[in-house]
Amino acid sequence: MPSFSIQARQQIQRPVSNIFILSSVLVALFLNGLPWEGVGLLLRPDFVALVMLYWCTHKPLRVGIGLSWAVGILADVSDASLFGQHALAYTALAFGGVVLHRRLLMFDLRQQTIQVFGIFVVTYGVYALVNWQVKGYVVWPYFLGCLTSTLLWMPLSVLFLAMRQKRADSNRT
Amino acid sequence: MIEGTQSFRFFNRGPSPAARLVFFAVLSLLLMFVDARYRYLESTRSALSILISPIQQLASLPGALWDKASNFIITQSTQRDLMKQNEELKQQHQSDTAQLLQLQALQSENQQLRNLDGLPIRNEYSTQLAEIIYTERDVFSRKVLINKGANADVRLGQVVMDDIGIVGQITRVYPLLSEVTLVTEKDQAVPIQVLRNGLRAIVFGAGDTSQLSLRYMPNSADIQNDDVLVTSGIDGTYPPGIPVAKVIKVEHDPAYPFAHIVCLPLAGVDKHRHLLILSSLPKPPERPDQKSAGGNSEIRVKIRRNN
Repeated sequence: MPSFSIQARQQIQRPVSNIFILSSVLVALFLNGLPWEGVGLLLRPDFVALVMLYWCTHKPLRVGIGLSWAVGILADVSDASLFGQHALAYTALAFGGVVLHRRLLMFDLRQQTIQVFGIFVVTYGVYALVNWQVKGYVVWPYFLGCLTSTLLWMPLSVLFLAMRQKRADSNRT
Repeated sequence: MIEGTQSFRFFNRGPSPAARLVFFAVLSLLLMFVDARYRYLESTRSALSILISPIQQLASLPGALWDKASNFIITQSTQRDLMKQNEELKQQHQSDTAQLLQLQALQSENQQLRNLDGLPIRNEYSTQLAEIIYTERDVFSRKVLINKGANADVRLGQVVMDDIGIVGQITRVYPLLSEVTLVTEKDQAVPIQVLRNGLRAIVFGAGDTSQLSLRYMPNSADIQNDDVLVTSGIDGTYPPGIPVAKVIKVEHDPAYPFAHIVCLPLAGVDKHRHLLILSSLPKPPERPDQKSAGGNSEIRVKIRRNN
């Protein structure tokens, strides 16, 4: 049973260093900042949201709503969107992650993906809602991004787990 | 009961997630309100932009490297292409020089005529070359960031064009960058004239497509397909006579008082990498203030009544 194995492996997880969390957020900001254009831009997953959600569910005591808000402000500056637009969306995202973290980690990765999709839809909805209020129109294909973000949840979880595992192994020797 | 639940809180973890959610949501809403209404936060934004600019520059690196690599690898076919292009350019250059000579003659003639008439000479404007560093990564807006900022004396509201026509306007200036809002941005307005007949109008960006629309033109307005729209220079922001767009579709729907006119921008709004910033445009004389204008209209109304 896959869920059991993941649960079991999590028992021997070593603490995650702050540097690992910080660098993952920076890499996500970098990936968001790549020159995406056209269809690529529409399909671009929100890497920052993905990484923040991962840390909010896995380390809710260290990465929470406040930090997500701060990262959102940085995202606002780099995207030149309205001050607080990303921040508001990421606040909602982090709230979802922190409140649901126990429940999410009970599931295996496939079931997690479905739950995570809901959180992303809310996050993207908040962003689009603000845009609709301020500018008066909504670009519907924008919501494709939450689908691609959700699809990346499983690879990201596996990758981070592997990296944390390796880190623990290297510490032991 | 209540005491019991309280005694279970061994570890103080600060306010509950819901309280934090409300706090940060209100903070974000407040920031958005202040940013959208008053634009007080530009200095904060530019300070934070310095913090984040290393990441942005790093992110634009792969694209630049790709460009360089593809420039470097010149295969046989591309060489043939280059030679062909070179030939075409030479031909174009020849025809252009002829036209340029003509233009110079016309310019001097125009200046002479204007001198004779005592009209102020239309000032030449100087230009500044800038390069697009990144395009906006927000699907909702049509903006680009260029590599000239306050350090290169770029100012708010300056006009940005390429070799063909108007591309946009500078809407935000950072220390090292500035943000250009393209003419195709939703509700970005440019005052224009139809080149064929001098009809004045205002062209608006469509926002969701790379198109422009001419709004509020009556069904009877004399506009045809392939009409070229040039800036009228009436508000003093845009210099006169620069191409903006070309009409591609005119629809007359009797149900609406206005015609539905779609235009395509002439300049490579979504294409090129290098842009020109226009500076030192002449300032138009001050507009008479509303009060005196109101007084005039009252007088006019009175006159009309007397008649």
